[in-house]
Amino acid sequence: MRFLLIEDNPKLSQAIAERLSLDGHAVDRAGTIRAASDCVAVTEYDLILLDIMLPDGDGRSFLRAHRNSARDTPVIVLTARSEVSDRVGSLDLGADDYITKPFDFAELEARCRAVLRRRGGAARNERAFGGAVLDSLRAELRFGGRCVPLRNRELRMFEVFFAAPNRVLSKAHLMERLFSFSDDVSENAIEVYVARLRKRLAGAPVRIETVRGLGYRLVAE
Amino acid sequence: MKVRGSIRRRLFLQLSGVAAILSVALFLVVRAVAQRAAEGTQDDILAASATAIADSLRTEGGRVTLELPYSALSMLGSLHEDRVFYRVETAGRTLTGYDDLPPPSDPLEPDRPAFDTYTYRGDEVRAVTVLRNLGTSREFSVAVTVAQTRLGLAAISRRITATATAVGVGFFLLASALSLLTANQALAPIGRLTRAVTRRGPADLRPLNEVTPVELQPLARALNGFIARLRSALAQTEDFIAEAAHRVRTPLATVRAQAELVHRRLDDPDHRRALRELIRTIDESARSAGQMLDHAMVSFRSENLARSRLDLVELVDQICSRLAPAAELRDIEMKRDLPEGPVRMEGDGILLQAALNNILDNAIKYSPEDSRIAVILTEEEREVSVAVRDNGRGFGDSDLAALTRRYARGANTGDVVGSGLGLTIANVVAQAHGGRLEISANPEGGGACVSLHLPRP
Repeated sequence: MRFLLIEDNPKLSQAIAERLSLDGHAVDRAGTIRAASDCVAVTEYDLILLDIMLPDGDGRSFLRAHRNSARDTPVIVLTARSEVSDRVGSLDLGADDYITKPFDFAELEARCRAVLRRRGGAARNERAFGGAVLDSLRAELRFGGRCVPLRNRELRMFEVFFAAPNRVLSKAHLMERLFSFSDDVSENAIEVYVARLRKRLAGAPVRIETVRGLGYRLVAE
Repeated sequence: MKVRGSIRRRLFLQLSGVAAILSVALFLVVRAVAQRAAEGTQDDILAASATAIADSLRTEGGRVTLELPYSALSMLGSLHEDRVFYRVETAGRTLTGYDDLPPPSDPLEPDRPAFDTYTYRGDEVRAVTVLRNLGTSREFSVAVTVAQTRLGLAAISRRITATATAVGVGFFLLASALSLLTANQALAPIGRLTRAVTRRGPADLRPLNEVTPVELQPLARALNGFIARLRSALAQTEDFIAEAAHRVRTPLATVRAQAELVHRRLDDPDHRRALRELIRTIDESARSAGQMLDHAMVSFRSENLARSRLDLVELVDQICSRLAPAAELRDIEMKRDLPEGPVRMEGDGILLQAALNNILDNAIKYSPEDSRIAVILTEEEREVSVAVRDNGRGFGDSDLAALTRRYARGANTGDVVGSGLGLTIANVVAQAHGGRLEISANPEGGGACVSLHLPRP
């Protein structure tokens, strides 16, 4: 997906951009409202992440202008202010969601997904491998004319496998993608989830293979 | 000078004190004048009577004769049985009348009545003596004395005293009533000023523009100065809270994002574990800072509740949607049980959002994975309640009432990051709206039930 990140703190901006590109997203960065306006004028984005306090004005004025320009790129506001004061203002002005700094990237991802799902249609996020299609926005797995609904964590785990099919993924790597830093779980939890995923894949043309001592991989039949 | 006590009472007492002194003076003056008038009347009649007797004196053959005119005595007749005494005497010899009626003490001049007051036969009498010279010889110098007891005068005097008392008391009462009125009227501007201050809403910090008398203008100015200071202090507080949040959270966000990046690149499990701890600590401090600032903002706003009409169903629905991604991350199913139509109420939307957000956020945090949270909005006759039930660990053996106190945490929070302010915030909001926060065990099995009860208009 293509993100526009509007954030004036260069270190934070860089860290967020880098983290998003690790997940395979393209990120353009803008430090001011002016730069951001230039970006949206020439590029179509899937999602805009908008900081509220910017050097050349209030992020909400960008939001208002953006909504008036009849573009419907979803906007998630990044706010550092007190939860109590800011939120209504930005949601009323047409932000799709907001997230308070500092945030967990897993939560940011979940919010992006939720926003895109709510907006529906326009953006698609599908990956196909070996005759199975993973639809991230609808949270479902399709194969052989069947459609299997997935729970959130199952979906995210499938996403990791579908992003790197045939590659061995370590339990540690899967853990990191699946659990947030506040979850205190052992690596055994991964085995539980792999078992669930295999149940979902019953009858599918792909399967998850255990590579003893190393981890798991997604292979086609 | 005493500072406490009532100005009105002091003013009233002082004014009525003056009225009391005036009343006594009035009483004395009225009584004295009337008494003098009454006495003067008796004196005039006595003198007329004595003169009439003197007029009827004749000299016949060198002797003084008297035909006592009874009209002279009857004019002294009165309603009270005042006794009348008389004595006509010449050269120490009593012609007629009472021998023992004492002669006048002062030397007499002819035809000039001399008055005297003394006790005669057990009663106080008023006496008048008129000296009449009938010839040139001393033999023909006759003294006519007429005396009358003063019982009638005493009765008149009592009436006069009664009347004077009535006048005095009447004057005092009237003056007191007037001084009460005056005291009230003099103090009315203070009352108006007070009402102008108390009548305004809690958020109304405009300067007073009440028209006040000159004496109250310094007070009004002082009040306005105070209001202005309060306004700027409140604005500064709000700015400070917002600014503090910004200053704390932005660097934390940077550190956290960078730490997460590094975590992705590390292979050594020990390093990874250390970094996880670091990130969790960042989350903890960010959360505590956030909740403390939220608490400050909520307390601040509770003092100046910005009420507006809102639909509680929509508000609850929004909060649920907003927190759904956080719940989904842990495969927690959020079930909303909301009425079909809108539930209208008056309240501060931002505060209610903060309260529900904290309750729901708590529920998500303390719920196990793959569990359910139910959000139930119930309308009753007198109140609406939003209950959040979870299947988490509940509150254990904690004192449920104590959980709404600042920084109090449940007995079994264990490893979950928290500052203990979430329920406090919700409680402050509930109370600011005249409602309450209830904490109990989930009636449907394990877990907790936190409900926000708000009165209906």
